Amino acid sequence: MSLTSFMSRKELIGFLLLAAVIFLVLPAALDSFRLNLFGKYLTYAFVAVGLALCWGAGGILSLGQGVFFGLGGYCMAMFLKLEASTPENTSIQSTPGIPDFMDWNQLTELPSWWQPFYSLPFALLAVVVVPVIFAFIIGFAMFTRRVGGVYFAIITQAFAAILTILIIGQQGYTGGVNGITDLRTLLGWDIRTDEAKTTLYFVNGVLLFAVLLVAQYVRKSKLGRLLIAMRDQEDRVRFSGYNVANFKIFIFCLGAAFAGIGGAMFTLQVGFMSPTLVGIVPSIEMVIFCAVGGRLSILGAVYGALLVNWAKTTFSEAFPELWLLGLGGLFIAVVMFFPNGLAGVWSEKIEPRLLGLIKKSKDSDAATPAGAPAE
Amino acid sequence: MFADYSWPELGAIFAMQGFAGLILFSVFVLMALGLAIIFGQMGVINMAHGEFMILGAYVTYLVSNLFADYMPALFSGYFFLAMFLAFIASGALGLLVEWGLIRHLYKRPLDTLLATWGLSLILQQVYRSVFGAREVGVSIPDWMMGSLPLTDLIEIPINGIFVMILAVGISLAVYIMMFRSNWGKQVRAINQNRVMAGAVGINTEWTDRLTFGIGCGVAGVAGSAFTMIGSTGPTAGQLYIVDTFLVVVFGGAASLLGTIASAFSISQAQSIMEFFLSGSMAKVLTLLVVVGILMVRPQGLFALKLRK
Repeated sequence: MSLTSFMSRKELIGFLLLAAVIFLVLPAALDSFRLNLFGKYLTYAFVAVGLALCWGAGGILSLGQGVFFGLGGYCMAMFLKLEASTPENTSIQSTPGIPDFMDWNQLTELPSWWQPFYSLPFALLAVVVVPVIFAFIIGFAMFTRRVGGVYFAIITQAFAAILTILIIGQQGYTGGVNGITDLRTLLGWDIRTDEAKTTLYFVNGVLLFAVLLVAQYVRKSKLGRLLIAMRDQEDRVRFSGYNVANFKIFIFCLGAAFAGIGGAMFTLQVGFMSPTLVGIVPSIEMVIFCAVGGRLSILGAVYGALLVNWAKTTFSEAFPELWLLGLGGLFIAVVMFFPNGLAGVWSEKIEPRLLGLIKKSKDSDAATPAGAPAE
Repeated sequence: MFADYSWPELGAIFAMQGFAGLILFSVFVLMALGLAIIFGQMGVINMAHGEFMILGAYVTYLVSNLFADYMPALFSGYFFLAMFLAFIASGALGLLVEWGLIRHLYKRPLDTLLATWGLSLILQQVYRSVFGAREVGVSIPDWMMGSLPLTDLIEIPINGIFVMILAVGISLAVYIMMFRSNWGKQVRAINQNRVMAGAVGINTEWTDRLTFGIGCGVAGVAGSAFTMIGSTGPTAGQLYIVDTFLVVVFGGAASLLGTIASAFSISQAQSIMEFFLSGSMAKVLTLLVVVGILMVRPQGLFALKLRK
């Protein structure tokens, strides 16, 4: 794959612009509190990029991305919690050395499946592997039986409900409804300070770009073109001799891996993980990040995640009652009037005018987005 | 887990939990019927279904307050008027939503899902602004209070029986509408072949609208029945939406009988397990089994054989 087929000049400009926004504009314009908030939004962007691949390109709408976000986040949180629960820190507990919520729930011993999370390499591996295994099981069971569309959406939503109920119900093992809180250090590095949070913001940015490059590679590869073909005419792809289910499973697992990384970074950036980030409501909100940004565009998904969350914070600070109305209206407006989101508005309305203004008609590689979604 | 109980006690437990399961079953059936019409027959995912239900519950609440204030003599019968008004209110809102939103999205089922989710958020906020964030309860008439002692160990609450009778009655009504009325015939014809149905002179657009409206109306009646056994809050509808969809999908989307059978099995499993396990684990296990079965048999329990 040569460089130009990997990324057209226009896409390169888009990537550079996003890099400028994330690494230069936001850090320069915001104080450390706001920058930390944007760090949190960036972690949602991981999920949105995964959804842009699954849903935008592949036509697979998952309403259970919160499951993968949560699994990744919990894997990270378990490691951090074990590091924070040294016998010295927890000496007032009846069983020192285990996480505080276990002590409150009369557990006297660390459960065996928590043990491996003493190791950072294991935890980091688990952040990606656990969501991928889950996604593989779900995807394998569903896609090989050719279940798709709304049925898939409902089943994944059921998984989001199941995992939330499970986490809340098993308080002693998971921290219950409060989640895993009071995380302190990562290998001795205090993650609660402002400097640490700023550093984590940049780590987030770098990781997000790594994820974006992977996504771009997938989009431009043969796999990416097959995905779009499957979305629009699944049977024809099948008749051409491709095993449609395998491609779907792969892209669903990739989306889950992205979400898992996002979840782990969320835990680090914000300092806790709780079931409120796993359930039905956050999962469907993650879809709206992607829809607002433009389901066909991976860069749009990032802008969507940043903008929607920024709007949520701003509006719910100023007019708490209006936010839900606004969010609901946003869902409807995006679906009814801007099915391709901000990226669609940009490439259909703004860009042609800009190009007209510049009069630079020699735009040879006008890579238009790959058509409207079939559904 | 059975060792701690004697046989008569176990029998009583199963009977009582079975009855609690029957109430849950009635609740599921009432909720799922509307959804079975909308999702099963039209293929529309209505995530705001719970909010249509809650609208019915709030209408009942308003009517009961009106009766208590102005016509205390007739209070014992207010419920029947409330149920009727709940049907009208939810149905009218349904017609409006179909006209304004759903009909533009028939070709895009996933987008319908998102749009109706947005609608549900808006409705929740409206309820919160109008009725307050706190849950409201309806004062139920005297004749519905208390319980019938069946044996020394087994007692069954009267309002539960009432809700069960309602569920049976509404199921029958929906059955008759679907399989005996002209409208039902048209709906099924459209479900099987929309183009041909249109060609033989069925007004598919109007039938769609009416179907959506009736489905929402049934949801309103379900909400009205709910007030007899629980209180109503702005977000109560969202709690049930996943269960309801699972009930409908598990039963086989286009089959009314399947919906009832799946509501029965899910509710019985959940309520009997609830006694022996914690409530949350019972729910997790039930949902996992349902999802597991759906993965093996995606068409649900009762699949209609249709040529697509």
